[in-house]
Amino acid sequence: MENNNVKTIRDFIEREKKSYASIESTVIPALHEAEGVYGWISPEAIEDISNYTGVSKAKIKGTATFYAMYKNKPMGRHLIQLCTNVVCMVMGSESLLSLLNERYELEPGGMTSDGRFSLVIMECIGACGTAPAMLVDADYYDNLNEKNIFEILDKYQ
Amino acid sequence: MKKVLLKNIENPDSALLTEYMRVGGYKNLKSAVKEMTPRDIIDDVKESGLRGRGGAGFPTGMKWQFASMDPKFPKYLVCNADEGEPGTFKDRPILEKNPHLLIEGMVIAAYALQCSRGYIYLRGEYPQAKVILESAIDEAYKKGFLGDDILKRHFKFNLSVYQGAGAYICGEETALIESLEGRRGQPRIKPPFPVNAGLWGRPTIVNNVETFANIPLIIEIGPKSYAAIGNTACPGPKLFSVSGCVKRPGVYELPMGTTLKEIVYEHCGGLVDGRTLKGIIPGGLSTPILTPDKIDCAMDFVNLPKAGSQLGSGAVMVFDDSVCLVKVYERAMKFFEHESCGKCTPCREGTGWMRNILGRIECGRATAEDVDTLIDVANNISGATFCPLGDGAAGVVLAFVNNYRDEIDYHIKYKKCC
Repeated sequence: MENNNVKTIRDFIEREKKSYASIESTVIPALHEAEGVYGWISPEAIEDISNYTGVSKAKIKGTATFYAMYKNKPMGRHLIQLCTNVVCMVMGSESLLSLLNERYELEPGGMTSDGRFSLVIMECIGACGTAPAMLVDADYYDNLNEKNIFEILDKYQ
Repeated sequence: MKKVLLKNIENPDSALLTEYMRVGGYKNLKSAVKEMTPRDIIDDVKESGLRGRGGAGFPTGMKWQFASMDPKFPKYLVCNADEGEPGTFKDRPILEKNPHLLIEGMVIAAYALQCSRGYIYLRGEYPQAKVILESAIDEAYKKGFLGDDILKRHFKFNLSVYQGAGAYICGEETALIESLEGRRGQPRIKPPFPVNAGLWGRPTIVNNVETFANIPLIIEIGPKSYAAIGNTACPGPKLFSVSGCVKRPGVYELPMGTTLKEIVYEHCGGLVDGRTLKGIIPGGLSTPILTPDKIDCAMDFVNLPKAGSQLGSGAVMVFDDSVCLVKVYERAMKFFEHESCGKCTPCREGTGWMRNILGRIECGRATAEDVDTLIDVANNISGATFCPLGDGAAGVVLAFVNNYRDEIDYHIKYKKCC
């Protein structure tokens, strides 16, 4: 019997494929969907997508690892995506990085030992006018400073 | 100037169809579909002088004409909403606050170009815009502005959002098309151009969000009045996203050709008190930096190249004397290295080399010969890559070295910032 995860991904691809002339186009949306289902782009996720699109697992893995935002390893319950590109850097994102490190022993690309946060460095999230900025999961936060960043993060347990 | 692209965005419900229609929304679609032929619209867009707002500034009407002359069907319409150029956040207010303006522009374009299917390629970093756009698309379907029989004129256009996953290169139209086909976003060689062989080998028109948002205005006021806005060589309203060391950063809608000085000192309130201007990047990170003496330059596709830079996406990044530009360009090169798709060796390897050398200069471990190597690497990338990413990275380094050699030499000699 197929499990729920497999079914969710199969149904998603079945639904999505109507929008495109080629089923291969569903790979990128299906990777987003599978990430929601499995929490990351796990070998199972790649296998499911391959089974229902006919695209080889190697090609899907190649696609998944090309894009910076897919979680290619298991991550914490909440993902902090802090922008450190030029404007955010000039406006102070480096000191925020050090603070995250001090408070949570969190390095870019790493995860806290309790699995609460993972941290990823972003390349411009389009909030330069209100820099520095970050995404926590799918929520936008800008005008960050040394104080409000922790008030925000306290909401994510 | 009355706001067009940012019209009504102070209204907290501006993204709703009812609010958009309250201020005249979809009226231009109705008149376009009922009173104009597709050919009329293409002619008007050509006559308007509108140039693409994504960065390259290609004449939109000409692109449309090329696509319309291709006899192959189906044709696809794609909106490039992969706003990834660092410093750029001008499409975000349209996507999040004025999504129906984009949809209306796209439907008019679809009618003119006889496209029955469209996609909005949205960057992965804008999760909220996805929700807002999808809800706006739903509303437009319900109201008959999208679907199989738009405004009961037997005209069909279906539209959906395709979400990227974090790749700057997908802002390049052929890489975007590769990504829409479900693969790694690596650029294709041109020609053939997308207008003849794009998505699934079919004629495909790719335009930026802001470009589509200009279309209803051209229908409303006509090409002659449109051409009278701003610079006659590249007219129209333009969104400028200003960031960095100014008092009031943000997105400003101003006529094309507004001077940098007016943008920085009048609209953005100037620099923080006591600071002096060190440099301005006028069109996003991949456009060359300008020294303060170029402040009177008009922001458009004609005058910025004369001053040694480009309009790009109109993303103005302002740096005052507190900022170390060596550090800025080290970070910029880290960006280009990270975002190089890896297809062309000069770009893949060269961006890393340039980042490395700039890093050595920044931390005081560089010698004078390193600057020569930096220039040499940049010269060897220029013109040797498939797409403009490598050229952009090399060009900004060369402009930085040419304009700020003193600052670089100071770092090398004294092993610290000036």
